[in-house]
Amino acid sequence: MSMTNPLARARGHGSAKEGVRHWFAQRATAVFLIFLVGWLGYAAFALADADYAAARAFMGHPFNAALLILLVITVLYHGMLGLQVVVEDYVHHPAAEITLHFLIRAGAYLGMALGVVNILIIALGA
Amino acid sequence: MAELRLPKESRVTRGKHFAAPADAKNIKVFRVYRWNPDEGGNPRIDSFEVDLDQCGPMVLDAVIKIKNEIDPTLTFRRSCREGICGSCAMNIDGINTLACTKPISEIRGDVKINPLPHLPVVKDIVPDLSHFYAQYATIRPWIRTQSTTPPDRERLQSKEDREKLDGLYECILCACCSTSCPSYWWNGDRYLGPAILLQSYRWLADSRDEATGERLDELEDPFRLYRCHTIMNCTRTCPKGLNPAKAIAEIKKMLMARRGL
Repeated sequence: MSMTNPLARARGHGSAKEGVRHWFAQRATAVFLIFLVGWLGYAAFALADADYAAARAFMGHPFNAALLILLVITVLYHGMLGLQVVVEDYVHHPAAEITLHFLIRAGAYLGMALGVVNILIIALGA
Repeated sequence: MAELRLPKESRVTRGKHFAAPADAKNIKVFRVYRWNPDEGGNPRIDSFEVDLDQCGPMVLDAVIKIKNEIDPTLTFRRSCREGICGSCAMNIDGINTLACTKPISEIRGDVKINPLPHLPVVKDIVPDLSHFYAQYATIRPWIRTQSTTPPDRERLQSKEDREKLDGLYECILCACCSTSCPSYWWNGDRYLGPAILLQSYRWLADSRDEATGERLDELEDPFRLYRCHTIMNCTRTCPKGLNPAKAIAEIKKMLMARRGL
C-alpha cells in the first residue's frame, strides 16, 4: 500500500506539453488518405484491363509515381500513429510497451523506405 | 495489459436472498453488490424482494427501504435525494446514474445495482473516489486572474458570456461519466477523464478567467487529455444530460487554435 498523497499521485510528472501535433497529424493524414485512396481506386479501375507493360508505364509516369509514394508514406505514417495509441491504451508492461513502440516505428519506416525505393525503381525503369 | 477479467479476489459470487412478506403483491427483485472489508472474502450479489406498493418511485427509495426494513448493514452514499449532490451515483441496470433520479418503473426485470465501475470499493456500493477528487484539485478549479479585483464591484460578465457556461456549470461531479469511460478504466491514473475535463473547460470558457494559456499548458498531454477517443459513453450516461465529449472536443479545438499548422 502506498502512502503517497492522492494529489501527488494525480499531479504525477506534470504535463508533457505535447500531443496536439500527434492528434492533428492523425486527422490530417486521414483526410489526405481519402483523396489518395480515391485516386488509387481510380487507378485500379483504369488499369483493370491493362497488360503488364501498360500498368508499368502508368506507374512510371512522374505524377502517378509521386502520388504512389505519397500514398505509401501517408498510409504507413497514419497506421504508425494509430498503433502507437493502441499500445499506449492497452499495454502497461514497460518492457513490452517499449518493444512494441520500437517494432511499430521500425516496421513503418522500413515499409516507407522499401515502398519509395521500389516505386523509384519502376519509375526510373532500372 | 488491459484487464478484461476481474482479479480472483474481486469475482462476484451468489449471496443471500431476502424474501418479501407473504402479503406483498407488487414485488420487484433488487440484486445488490455486497462486500464488507471487515469480513473479507469475495464480493457477492444479495437479492432483496421489495414490495413496490410500499415503496417510493425511485431506485434510491428502494435502496433506503432495504436498509431501513430488510438489511441495515447495506452501505451506500446518499444525501439530497434530488439529483444535485451526486452522492448516490451507482451502476443501475448496467448504466451509471443517480439512484435518486432513476425511476424503478424504467427498469425491466430485476434491478441490478453495482458500485461505479473500475474503482476500488470501500464497502458495498461505496467506491473510493480519492483519486477522482485529487484529479479535480489538479486543475485548480477556481477563477485565476492577473488583473487586480475591481475595488467597488464584482468582476462583470455579459449575458452572452455567461451563456457559454450553460451545459458546464450544471456538472455535479458524480463521476458517472468518468467511470463509464473505457479510457478512464485503462488509464485513469493519468487520464483526467470526462468529468474533470468538462470542469476544465468550464474555466477555459469563463470570460472572467485570465489563465487560459496556463490551463491549456497543463492539459496538453498525451494522457491527461488525448486518451479521449470520443467513445461517447460519458455523454450517454450523464444523469444531468450534459455533454462532456463536446467539452473535450472544444479543449482540443482551443489547443489547435493557438498553434500554427
